[in-house]
Amino acid sequence: MKHVRAAQMIGRNSEGDLVSRPLSPFMIGTAYRAQMSSMTSIAHRITGCALGVGTLLLTLWLVCAATAAQAFADIQGLLASWLGLLMLIGFTFALFYHFCNGIRHLAWDSGRGFELGAMHRNGWIVLAASVILTAGFWLVGFLVW
Amino acid sequence: MVEFTLPKNSKVGKGKTYKAAAGAKRVKSFNIYRWNPDDGKNPVTDTYEVDLDTCGPMVLDAIIKIKNEIDSSLTFRRSCREGICGSCAMNIDGTNTLACLKPIEEIKGSVAINPLPHMPVVKDLVPDLSQAYAQYRAIEPWLQTETAAPPDGERLQSKEERADIDGLWECILCFCCTTSCPSYWWNGDRYLGPAVLMAAYRWIADSRDERTGQRLDALEDPFKLYRCHTIMNCTQTCPKGLNPAKAIGRVKQLMLERQG
Repeated sequence: MKHVRAAQMIGRNSEGDLVSRPLSPFMIGTAYRAQMSSMTSIAHRITGCALGVGTLLLTLWLVCAATAAQAFADIQGLLASWLGLLMLIGFTFALFYHFCNGIRHLAWDSGRGFELGAMHRNGWIVLAASVILTAGFWLVGFLVW
Repeated sequence: MVEFTLPKNSKVGKGKTYKAAAGAKRVKSFNIYRWNPDDGKNPVTDTYEVDLDTCGPMVLDAIIKIKNEIDSSLTFRRSCREGICGSCAMNIDGTNTLACLKPIEEIKGSVAINPLPHMPVVKDLVPDLSQAYAQYRAIEPWLQTETAAPPDGERLQSKEERADIDGLWECILCFCCTTSCPSYWWNGDRYLGPAVLMAAYRWIADSRDERTGQRLDALEDPFKLYRCHTIMNCTQTCPKGLNPAKAIGRVKQLMLERQG
C-alpha cells in the first residue's frame, strides 16, 4: 500500500467480498467548476514557477554578457526575436501578477479580505493591475528602445 | 500527493438514459454519477429526464422523485431536507452544496450531480467520510477546562464572548468545504481540511475553553494546518455561508502572536 488513504479505497460489496472503490471525480475544469478562488491560486503557483525559469533566462543573459562579445550578441538577438520578446513579456507579467497577488496573500495573512465579495473584487483588481503594469512596463520599454 | 487524473478503476463511462414520459412540458436532464459495488464495473453517468411540473423546487426533490418513480436503485444520503443535517452534501453543477438548499432553477442546462470530490465512493452519491470524521475526533471538539466548574451553575460568558463563536458553531459538518479544497484532495491524509480546522478554531475562540495552548500545539504542524494556502474554495462553496478560510487565517495569526 503506497498511501495511507489506499486503505479507504477498499470496501465491501453486498456479499461481503472485498472490492476496490472508485475515487470520486475532482479535477478543476471537468468535475469542479473553475472559480476566482482556485484560479487566482493556481495562477500564483504557475507564475511562481515561471519566475524561476525567467530568472534562469536572466542568468543566461548575464553569463553571455560576461563571456564574449559574440555570445552577448547572440543572446541579444535571441531575446529581441518575437519568441524572446514573448518570453520576456510573459516573464514580466508573471512578475507583476505574483507581486500583486502576493500583496493579496499578505492581506489575508493579516486577517483582511476574507469575505467573498472582497475576495472576488481583489482577484479582479490583481488581474487588472498585473495587465496594466505589464502593458505600461513594455510601453516605456519600447519607447526607450 | 498531487494527482491530476482519476485512477483507471474510477474513470466514468456513459450510462443509461431514462426518457421523460411523453407529454412532459418542462423537462430537465439530471446526469448522475452511478457506481455499484456489486457489478464489478467502472462508474457511469446515468441521465434521468424529469418533468419539473410534477417535481419540487430543489435538487433533492428531483433525486427523491427519481428514486421513487424512475430508478429505485439510486443511492444517496438525505435526512432533514432543510439544510440542517448536512447529509445530502454532493457536487452539483460543479460545486459542492446541499441538494436540499440548491434550487433546480439556478442551474442552466442539464444538472450534473457527482459525489463529494476526491473521496472513496461507497455507492452512487455516497462517499466514505470516515477519515474526515476521524480528523474531527482528533481535534477534540468538546469544551475542555483546567479549573473547577462554579459550584452553583454553568460557566458563564458575556454577550461579546459569545459573539466570538458566531459564524463558527453553525457548521453542520457536511464537508462540502473540505472536499472542495485542492490541498485536501492531495494531502488529505495529513492536512485536516477546512471543516475540521474551523471546528478547531470554534473551541480556540470559545472563552470558556481553557486549553487554547494545547489546541494550538496540536495544530502546529506543516501539514495539519499549513497545507492551507488560502485558495478559498471552502468559503466559496459553503452552503451555510460560513467562512472557514477566515477561521484558518485566524488560527495562523494566533500561532504567530503567541510567538511574541
